[in-house]
Amino acid sequence: MAARLATRDDIGPAVRRRLAGFLRTLRDNGYPVGLAESRDALRILAEAGMDRPAAARPALRALLCGRRSDWDRFDALFDAFWAGARVKTRVAVSGQAAQVSQRTIKSLADARSAGGAPGLPTDLERGRDGPETEAHPSGRREGASRQESLARTDFRKIADPEALAEAHALAERLARRMRVRLTRRDKAARRGPRLDLRRTIRASLATGGTPLALVHRRPRTKPLRLVVLVDASGSMSLYTAVFLRFVHGVLDHFREAEAFLFHTRLVHVSDALKEKDAGRALDRLGLMAEGVGGGTRIGESLAAFNRYHAARVVHSRTCVMILSDGYDTGAPEILGAEMAALGRRCRRIVWLNPLLGWEGYEPSARGMAAALPHVDLFAPAHTIESLMALEPYLARI
Amino acid sequence: MLDRQTIANRLAAVGYVADGALATALALMDMLNRPLLLEGEAGVGKTEVAKALAGVHQTRLIRLQCHEGLDRSDALYEWNYQRQLLAIKAREGLDAEETEEHVFSEKYLMERPLLAAIRQPVAPVLLIDEIDRADEAFEAFLLEILSDFQVTIPELGTIRATTIPRVILTSNGTRELSDALRRRCLYHALDFPDVDREARILLARLPGIDTGLALQVARLMERIRKEELSKIPGVAETLDWAAALVGLGVGRLDADREAVYETLSCVLKTREDRARLTREVADRLIGKVA
Repeated sequence: MAARLATRDDIGPAVRRRLAGFLRTLRDNGYPVGLAESRDALRILAEAGMDRPAAARPALRALLCGRRSDWDRFDALFDAFWAGARVKTRVAVSGQAAQVSQRTIKSLADARSAGGAPGLPTDLERGRDGPETEAHPSGRREGASRQESLARTDFRKIADPEALAEAHALAERLARRMRVRLTRRDKAARRGPRLDLRRTIRASLATGGTPLALVHRRPRTKPLRLVVLVDASGSMSLYTAVFLRFVHGVLDHFREAEAFLFHTRLVHVSDALKEKDAGRALDRLGLMAEGVGGGTRIGESLAAFNRYHAARVVHSRTCVMILSDGYDTGAPEILGAEMAALGRRCRRIVWLNPLLGWEGYEPSARGMAAALPHVDLFAPAHTIESLMALEPYLARI
Repeated sequence: MLDRQTIANRLAAVGYVADGALATALALMDMLNRPLLLEGEAGVGKTEVAKALAGVHQTRLIRLQCHEGLDRSDALYEWNYQRQLLAIKAREGLDAEETEEHVFSEKYLMERPLLAAIRQPVAPVLLIDEIDRADEAFEAFLLEILSDFQVTIPELGTIRATTIPRVILTSNGTRELSDALRRRCLYHALDFPDVDREARILLARLPGIDTGLALQVARLMERIRKEELSKIPGVAETLDWAAALVGLGVGRLDADREAVYETLSCVLKTREDRARLTREVADRLIGKVA
């Protein structure tokens, strides 16, 4: 009864502090909690009665969640906090972050030291004319600046950490430039009068010059959307690092893009990559790519994509980019079927295979062979230059 | 303001079976004066919530269906150009300034859902359906309207809201919504109903249905949704199907398997799905729910 009549003034400072702690926990976990939400939360608690915080749970959940993932985690956080585990929760949150950055620094170092030997199979058959081999492993050309030569160097050949960092920066800059152009193109197409006067007047001839029927011009609608699926298996790790930097550049502020990682399963990583700071974004990815083991299950990962994500992220002007060497430990039939299903949904599938840049490479792996019929563009992606070559293709979609 | 229990009861009275969390969210809308963002897969009944809310408050439902390229003239207002042109012709020779004033008056203004919603004598329910289909620019514009509840029409001046509508937004997650919009709204994630709730929905909506059959249908639907389908059937499909079964005089699913199998097309909407749910699979599923 008292609870029902409670007003803001009835809430003691202790309770306010406790609510503030809860809101901070949520904020730490990425919930969109601002001043207005704090005020409204206080109101809800006052109405629900502070002796029973559980009574306020559904209302607080409706108020404080912004999206499905918030909604799904809310109960666990609520229980952890109001059951008295407050200090623990916060320590766990900050502790986790520290762990992540340490691990990533370590894994980056590992990646560098492993430079020369990415466990890639080298049984490349027949030395017929491979695709463009503009990328010579040496990467040193006379008269070329360091950056230029870097652009042509196979990522796996870049051993020196400084050069690697530079390659990362270059990939990101390229992505930004591409993003600006692809976006601008879309804006230009949207401009223009809504009323199509020329056709209106033409139509008015039938009514003696009185324009009764007005003809409207519709703006061009869907901008290009990029969906990127990155193979994060061990054999790809060197390419993955640079490519993720590239994807980060594309995703940053460019909302018509989504990214996924896969190895034995599929992970949605767009949110992590939307982190402004590239270093922190890659840190978060390090955590998400955990659990690598066994082979790469491209088929199963694609199946998961088609089933759970495709309806949401793929539309008719979507280009799906897959970065993988095509070594699939799953059944090739699954890969073929899932590629076909994906192909029906999207505009183009671009498969970037770093091995393709190698002289004499033939896509003979069974998985790759099953996927190829459904691929619109099969291109190398082992150097910055090869990434750069993609732009004109994307601009045409 | 209505409390949660009253809202739940009134929802039930208009045939909507809601869980406590949803009733709470609907009550909060009034208390905090915030719109409600409903997210969930197609077919979970998001639009129905708005209809039911209009029933609860006994008010009009105004619906704005979002789509790509939707802009202010589709959503807010538009001048009736045809009539304006005719009026200009008819007033040829009269004072030009007067004519201009005449053609830019209320008479030639066509209100679209948003303008209509703020000019109702009784606060309506405004359903902004599938907001994720509209583009970002429109989302930003919407945010502005929803916080001010006033519209400026250059030729007419500012129109202030007579009533503040209750706003429900729905999203299928086609596009990620902006944080600004999410922050402004209350949030509720809607799922497919569980067996018990779906059975109660059937009983509420199909008065002629037998309780046993409603339960069986609800149980079978739960199983069907777990199958590998490309289009998971929603609540509307359940209702169609149950109505078909009742119409055919089916009393129990296991007693009349032929009719059940024949009417499955009410639920399965693609050829692939139909092929996947073979007679054997259907038999097995029916066996489990009987």
